[in-house]
Amino acid sequence: MENNYLIKLENIARTYQVGETEVRALRGISLQIQQGDLVAIMGPSGSGKSTLMNIIGCLDKPTSGKYLLEAEEVSSFNKDRLAQIRNKKIGFVFQSFNLLPRTTALENTELPLLYSNVPSKKAREKAMEALSMVGLNGRELHNTNQLSGGEQQRVAIARALVNNPSLILADEPTGNLDTKTGAEIISLFQALNKDKNITMILVTHDPDIANISHKKIYIRDGLIVKQEST
Amino acid sequence: MKTLNTIRVALRALTRNKMRSFLTALGIIIGVGAVISMISIGQGAKKAVEDRFNSMGTNLLFVRPGSMSFRGRHGGSGTFNTLTPEDTEAISEKCNAVKYVSPSVSGRAQTVYQNKNWNTSIQGVGAYYPEIRNWPVEEGVFFDENMIKMFAKVCVLGSEVKKNLFEGEDSIGQVIRIKKIPFRVIGVLESKGESGGWFNRDDIIVIPYTTAQKRLLGITHVQSIDVSAVSAVRTNEAKEQIEELLRIRHRIAPGAEDDFHIRNMSEIAEGAAESSRILTYLLGGIASVSLLVGGIGIMNIMLVSVTERIREIGIRISVGAREKDILRQFLTEAIVLSILGGLIGIAVGIIASKLISHFAGWQTIVNIGSVALAFLFSGSVGVFFGFYPARKASKLDPIEALRYE
Repeated sequence: MENNYLIKLENIARTYQVGETEVRALRGISLQIQQGDLVAIMGPSGSGKSTLMNIIGCLDKPTSGKYLLEAEEVSSFNKDRLAQIRNKKIGFVFQSFNLLPRTTALENTELPLLYSNVPSKKAREKAMEALSMVGLNGRELHNTNQLSGGEQQRVAIARALVNNPSLILADEPTGNLDTKTGAEIISLFQALNKDKNITMILVTHDPDIANISHKKIYIRDGLIVKQEST
Repeated sequence: MKTLNTIRVALRALTRNKMRSFLTALGIIIGVGAVISMISIGQGAKKAVEDRFNSMGTNLLFVRPGSMSFRGRHGGSGTFNTLTPEDTEAISEKCNAVKYVSPSVSGRAQTVYQNKNWNTSIQGVGAYYPEIRNWPVEEGVFFDENMIKMFAKVCVLGSEVKKNLFEGEDSIGQVIRIKKIPFRVIGVLESKGESGGWFNRDDIIVIPYTTAQKRLLGITHVQSIDVSAVSAVRTNEAKEQIEELLRIRHRIAPGAEDDFHIRNMSEIAEGAAESSRILTYLLGGIASVSLLVGGIGIMNIMLVSVTERIREIGIRISVGAREKDILRQFLTEAIVLSILGGLIGIAVGIIASKLISHFAGWQTIVNIGSVALAFLFSGSVGVFFGFYPARKASKLDPIEALRYE
């Protein structure tokens, strides 16, 4: 059944031109991810997992191959439609949080709604809701630089959640956090996956994340070397 | 993204860095302020010139001997001695579009009263001089036709001469010496005020032209004839009538060049207004350069700001901003800066021109046109100089932007 798959990649390749030489970051990746999955993508640095993340996240387009997201072939979309997909269907969480400096938690969370023409009152409500979902009640009006690392990552997660995406992509979400706050973030991901049935794809070195995932995908030199389901 | 939201985001970004925003806007503030105050000075000068000529009367004509053309044998204007007192009488009798006529001769002379002396311009004129020049006598009387006929040694003083020779004493009935010849003071003209700094219209003594011809200059011709037409609209008619009459009187063959020249006051006024218009353009042009420099300042800061905010741009793109959203955001920031700067600049310009007229005593005029022009110009400076940095921002690659340190 095609429709069960949220994401379907068929023979995805990505080649970069660096001066004279071609760098083949991905050399033919095929995989399927189902709605509600919690997937960990693992592999050494330079293996191509970030490139894969960028393609799944619609920040980059494959050189060849087919990418279907909710049965739509996004690999053929133009820049503006990709921006719309990122806005409506995908939430990003980064290792370095990537929040706007000198801006409140609330404003950061509202940011995606700004680009989907949500009226400002409604946007405020949805952002407050998302912030309470990640446990930041009462800290909405703090500037991001007044928050701790764990709190900043929670703001980033709230921002990823605010537009009710089908998919959250996280690139080393615990990489800049200590073990204890890292564990808190991991259980937050797990809870969101379980309660809201949001599909999660986490790129990570962290064995703790790998342990909670339903599916582990190992990548090396631009190819999938192993897939494990638990 | 909606326009209102875009403006809000732009304002938010600008207030996050208040000092820098202010300094950027300062270029525009100074530029717009300079444009407005400079144009107001130019406009004021133009108005002053027009007012002065209007006060003299636009129905004025001057008949001068000699042609203005550059023919070697002419030796310049005024070398013909063909205008005579009889021409004056003929004009006043035969030209029905003419109201008053006054012949005029002039020279400079040393004048003495008791132990004080003063060098001034002596004008020999007819009895209608005050009417033609719109210059009434303040005390005493002006000389009449009778005194002119009798070569009377009487004079009417300009207020500046009175001030210098009499120093506040009563002058009427006193005798002053012009070129050692005694003249009785019978009147004082109203003060006209400074005209342009180097030339004081009140520094003058007026005497009957006959007296001036005979006693001071030793000539029989007149140097010019002042004419006022019955009304401003009939000035041209008067000019034609005088031309025709003088050609006959001077026996000028048809087709030959006139030995006199008639100039219209409004022509002279137009010439003067034209030169002050050029002054306005010049001042405005110089001030525009500072507005241009202000615009380059905006571009400079916006470029720095784009580089500084590469990561922010990456974040915005990753959450769904399209190229045009980013373009619009940065362009709006530049426009908001320049429009705010423009508004403050307008206020500064108006205050500056008020201060200039207060302290320098110049007339300044701020008109809606120059304000609107400066405002529009500052807005377009924002669009023009904001576009390049905004475009640069919108073309950033999100992956690299997110990785940028």
